[in-house]
Amino acid sequence: MKTLKIEDLSKNFGTTEVLKKINLDIDEGNFLVLLGPSGCGKSTLLNIIAGLETINEGNVYIDDYNVSKVEPKDRNIAMVFQSYALYPSMNVKENMIFGLKQAKASKEKIEEQLKKVSSFLKVDELLNRKPSQLSGGQRQRVAIGRALVREPRIFLFDEPLSNLDAKLRVEMRREIKKLHQTLKTTVVYVTHDQTEAMSLGTKIAIMNHGVIQQNDTPENIYNKPNNTFVADFIGSPSMNLIKGKIIKKSDQFSFVGEDSNSTQIPINNYNFDKKIELDNKEIYFGIRPEHIYYKKSNEHDFEIKLKAELSEYIGNEQIITFNYSDQEILAKFPSTAKIEINKEMNLYFDLSQISLFDKNLKERI
Amino acid sequence: MQANTSASSYKQLEQKSKLTNMFLRWFLYFVLILFASYFIFPLYVMVVTSLKTMEEIRQGTLLTWPSALNFESWAVAWGGRGYGAGDTFLRPYFWNSIKMVVPAVFFSTFIGAMAGYVLTKWRFKGDQWIFLFLLFGCFIPFQAILLPMARTLGVLGISNSILGLIVVHTVYGIPFTTLFFRNYYVSIPTELVKAARIDGAGFFKIFFKILLPISAPIIVVTVIWQFTQIWNDFLFGSTFSFGEAAPIQVALNNMVLSSTSVKEYNVDMASAIIAGIPTLIVYVLAGKYFIRGLTSGAVKG
Repeated sequence: MKTLKIEDLSKNFGTTEVLKKINLDIDEGNFLVLLGPSGCGKSTLLNIIAGLETINEGNVYIDDYNVSKVEPKDRNIAMVFQSYALYPSMNVKENMIFGLKQAKASKEKIEEQLKKVSSFLKVDELLNRKPSQLSGGQRQRVAIGRALVREPRIFLFDEPLSNLDAKLRVEMRREIKKLHQTLKTTVVYVTHDQTEAMSLGTKIAIMNHGVIQQNDTPENIYNKPNNTFVADFIGSPSMNLIKGKIIKKSDQFSFVGEDSNSTQIPINNYNFDKKIELDNKEIYFGIRPEHIYYKKSNEHDFEIKLKAELSEYIGNEQIITFNYSDQEILAKFPSTAKIEINKEMNLYFDLSQISLFDKNLKERI
Repeated sequence: MQANTSASSYKQLEQKSKLTNMFLRWFLYFVLILFASYFIFPLYVMVVTSLKTMEEIRQGTLLTWPSALNFESWAVAWGGRGYGAGDTFLRPYFWNSIKMVVPAVFFSTFIGAMAGYVLTKWRFKGDQWIFLFLLFGCFIPFQAILLPMARTLGVLGISNSILGLIVVHTVYGIPFTTLFFRNYYVSIPTELVKAARIDGAGFFKIFFKILLPISAPIIVVTVIWQFTQIWNDFLFGSTFSFGEAAPIQVALNNMVLSSTSVKEYNVDMASAIIAGIPTLIVYVLAGKYFIRGLTSGAVKG
């Protein structure tokens, strides 16, 4: 039984297709993050799960029960919003028990839930305050509390941390993680922040233009991106995607940049996903900046001589831009490394970490 | 100018700018006082005239303070002289106006709030058009609808009645009140409504429990606006009512125009002030919210 299942879901606003044939499911206790750039449809998808938006095609199942036409309040879900959406005229206590009161829960049950949740979230001191008297972090905590008291099957979070300042955001991120570890409730979490997605999710679904690009564990998303969009979206700076083609010499496959005189990079040890004709195939060669080293760390590393063109110092690290076949390659080094600009130097590519993509289909090969 | 301006010339410049500032300041006060007196002057004339006897008025001393405070004209304006026919006084019409204004303000504000709520939080196909047509109502000159309205009231059987006036004022208030509430609710995050829906609140509960309690500023604005409009209205009042059912502004007009032999300026002035007092009271009581409500947009959630 899947806690949440989405089947062939399509949604359009007028003539704009926002979601195209989405299929997605999530097991009990998982933390699914919907990640994507703004306008990719992730919030719409969340609103549809909540029942706040109608569906054009497809179905939503919660615990194998088709809830596509069920009212939000009867779906056994709770939602935390970006703007907190605390009712301004009610105090914290009234905010938290509003849902239970609507559901006509007994007085004892309400009191019990309120006590449990407010001490769990450490908001018991604040119960009589109005939302306007709370700080950003406190508001967020109350908003989570309001969701918790209802003991929902699924928690929905709609970019809950983006209104907080950077420091508080990291703190609240940890709290949400702890919360999930303690309660083990199923969560669907929308964000555009990849760090949030990586650190919180047990599964990440990356979306673009209303289509799920990859739905996988954070490790796989990072190490084995399905296509160039995912490769480019995850990581900072993002993966280097170098245009070029595969050439074959006496049963040895190598990659060479657009300028055929550039250094050939052997790709014999690469695990191809698909069986395709490799010779002369135009591809993107993908390698993350953090998998390029300035000294040999592993004997399988591939040595290559490249010219450093630009150095960006960012404190603990520095990002150096190199030139390979007239394309930029970024590498991330510790800031202690002494790199001379406009000079060729030896670099070491960790070829066990590369990804290759079909140049036309933009998909992993 | 030379680079090394000496200390003394700085001093001179400082002196000069001090003088200029002082002059500008005095000029500012002068202009402000001029405009203030320009606005206060008619009111002053009204008040002193209403406190004078006719004899004093006839002497032609328009601006002088009355020799003795004489409230008789106020009593006459409010309660009449007590002789039968032709004695027009404001009291019954004042209550007519109250009976008209209170329900009309209440209903137009309430309907406007509802409409604003629906137009912002329950978007539906064509809602933009409905809002546009409603806005149309703000720009239609009221003279243009007098005849059709008179006919409508006749068909409904409520012409020449306070109820008829309530209907007219409610209907023609709705475009304005809707505009006010729509613009206010637009700035309130829709996520509030979503949260309430998940919590299980329905259409009316969300309106009464979530939105209405935070609408105080815009309610005040709307009430002041509607009260002033309806209380001061003469056109609808004089067209759709006469005699007993007339509101105070119509009665005031009749009173001033129908005086028999002598023009009793003191009574006229007292009547005019009486007719204007309620709007003043409303404004004084709620005025500070008026400014706040007009300027405040975002209510943070």
